[in-house]
Amino acid sequence: MLKVMNLHAGVGGREILRGIDLSIEAGEVHAIMGPNGSGKSTLARVLAGHPEYQATEGAALFGGEDLFAMDPESRARAGVFMAFQYPVEIPGVHNAYFLKAALNAVRAHRGQEELDAVEFMALVRDRMKQLGIDESLLNRPVNEGFSGGEKKRNEIFQMAVLEPRLAILDETDSGLDIDALKIVAHGVNAMRRPDRAFLLVTHYQRLLNYVVPDVVHVLADGRIVRSGGKELALELEERGYGWLEAAAPTVVGG
Amino acid sequence: MAHALDAYLVEWERARPRWQRNGRSAIGRLRQEALQRFVSRGLPTTREEEWRFTSVAPIADCTFALAGPSAAEVSADDVASLRIAPAVELVFINGRHVPALSRMGSLPTGSHVENLANVLATGSHRIEPHLTRTPPAEQQPFVALNTAFLDDGAWIQVPAGAILEQPIHLLFLSTGGPDDRPLMSHPRILATLGENSQASVIETYAGTNAQYFTNVLTEIVVGDNAVLDHYTLQYDSPEAFHVGSIYVRTACSATYRSHSVSLGGALVRNDVTAVLNGEGAECTLNGLYAADTRRLVDNHTTIDHAQPHCGSREVYKGILADHARGVFNGKIIVRPDAQKTDAKQTNRALLLSEDAQINTKPQLEIFANDVKCTHGAAVGQLDEEALFYLRSRGLTDAEARRMLVHAFAADVLNRLPLEPVRIRAEERLQQQLARSLPAAA
Repeated sequence: MLKVMNLHAGVGGREILRGIDLSIEAGEVHAIMGPNGSGKSTLARVLAGHPEYQATEGAALFGGEDLFAMDPESRARAGVFMAFQYPVEIPGVHNAYFLKAALNAVRAHRGQEELDAVEFMALVRDRMKQLGIDESLLNRPVNEGFSGGEKKRNEIFQMAVLEPRLAILDETDSGLDIDALKIVAHGVNAMRRPDRAFLLVTHYQRLLNYVVPDVVHVLADGRIVRSGGKELALELEERGYGWLEAAAPTVVGG
Repeated sequence: MAHALDAYLVEWERARPRWQRNGRSAIGRLRQEALQRFVSRGLPTTREEEWRFTSVAPIADCTFALAGPSAAEVSADDVASLRIAPAVELVFINGRHVPALSRMGSLPTGSHVENLANVLATGSHRIEPHLTRTPPAEQQPFVALNTAFLDDGAWIQVPAGAILEQPIHLLFLSTGGPDDRPLMSHPRILATLGENSQASVIETYAGTNAQYFTNVLTEIVVGDNAVLDHYTLQYDSPEAFHVGSIYVRTACSATYRSHSVSLGGALVRNDVTAVLNGEGAECTLNGLYAADTRRLVDNHTTIDHAQPHCGSREVYKGILADHARGVFNGKIIVRPDAQKTDAKQTNRALLLSEDAQINTKPQLEIFANDVKCTHGAAVGQLDEEALFYLRSRGLTDAEARRMLVHAFAADVLNRLPLEPVRIRAEERLQQQLARSLPAAA
């Protein structure tokens, strides 16, 4: 579903990713772990099409299509979703209004009919119920005045409504208490399907207690230094990141 | 410039015989004196502080005519889309009242809404005490010009204790002149609210796609404990010139709320001056303006805290696209006696292009020591992070931009208490944004 080949990318002319190779098949859950500054969030953002992040070398194919030839909205319509590490507050734009516009844009791309207000509300209520999200959130401006946990839950809620093919969660678990973390994990697990893939970008192993990944990758200094099964996450939890960076001969500082 | 003033003199002389037939000499003297003030003063120039960023040369370069007595061809259909129902509605075409298009609605006993030409013809002594009650204003060139051409408009009188259920809607429609000569109108609106009364007054300005000049003056007195919601909705043609001056005096514990939406016009100048002349009065000035192409919108507001314990809240927001220019000057005066004043002013401008411009200036003149006064100004572009956020959910760049601009405007539009007015204003803004932010951005 997603194939990343020798991806170099950065921001403002500074190279952060230095040759990433990654292949995610439909139905899989991959976790990307790594210390701060390793490039985890850069990977998420460059895949979602953040205009400040540029791919300078290599390629990424999504469903066989050149991802970097698509603008952010085309990626979203094709089924790429990124849950933001820091969801943006947008005063004056109501959650329901925004989400309906987004959903109908995505549906139009899929050749599905637009949902009217009644159908939309039915769908949205169903997803909110599944995720244990309060309905009042719909009538509030996007993320404005939301607590950290509410913002992250709102991201998962949007994911549940938009039903992407590839969901990238950029440190969605950071800063969450255990209850909010369980809601996020439950949201991901409920959406796991043979035709959908997840890329979980996380600093902590904790989320992976609740969402069991198929593959864990460790990112250090802009490269994937190790990939393995779910046990790799536990190993990282026990030993930290230091041993990996020291033990990985392919990683050269600077 | 001298040539420009000559044209006003010619029009004035042309109208004089009709005025003389229809009115009292006291009003004639008022016009004459105002004309002299206007001529000796001349049109303002950018050398004057109050007009530094706004050149009225485009107005000076035109020769305007007063509309003739026969109403221009305007059908009921043209008016329909601008009507507000239910309302007491006076319709004016090129500054002249058209009874056939007006609707008197329902008013409580003792309340009075009448077109000014009728008042002048049938007994102007009724309004003389209310005319030109703000002497400093009469030194303003456009105010003097308005008084010089005093003819039609509206007189609104709400007696003590009356609560008007329906708003009063004054709808001013302008058209192109005959033989391509642009028309001018100088509507005058007088409103007095007696103590404990409440009313909503809406002024709407719109026109066919033509050049014309509207120079309106509104004088308002809000009595003790009375409440007025005052809307000025300026949807003029993109070629039109619009100068609007509002002078308000409020008595003790009165509430005056101004809602200004200014979307049309090639050159627009709105002046609002509110004198809080009684203890405990509250004044709210909300403004939204939007301009594109090379249009200019200038808002000058003054809130004069003359008495203690008054509060004022002011929020002005502007959206400027293409080569449009905006001017905002917000003056707050706190007189020595006006202790415990609580004044807050915010103005924000959104620039949608690199060539759009805003000149913004808060002006605080505080002579009392126990007061709370805050002001904030912000000028910016659309938030790039927010744009990306919306696009990352599937909205196109243009859709995302429109959504953010709308959100910016909604902050002011949502404060419009009357729903039909709010919906209309939103539609108008939508249409304008569709031009400024085309789908193929």
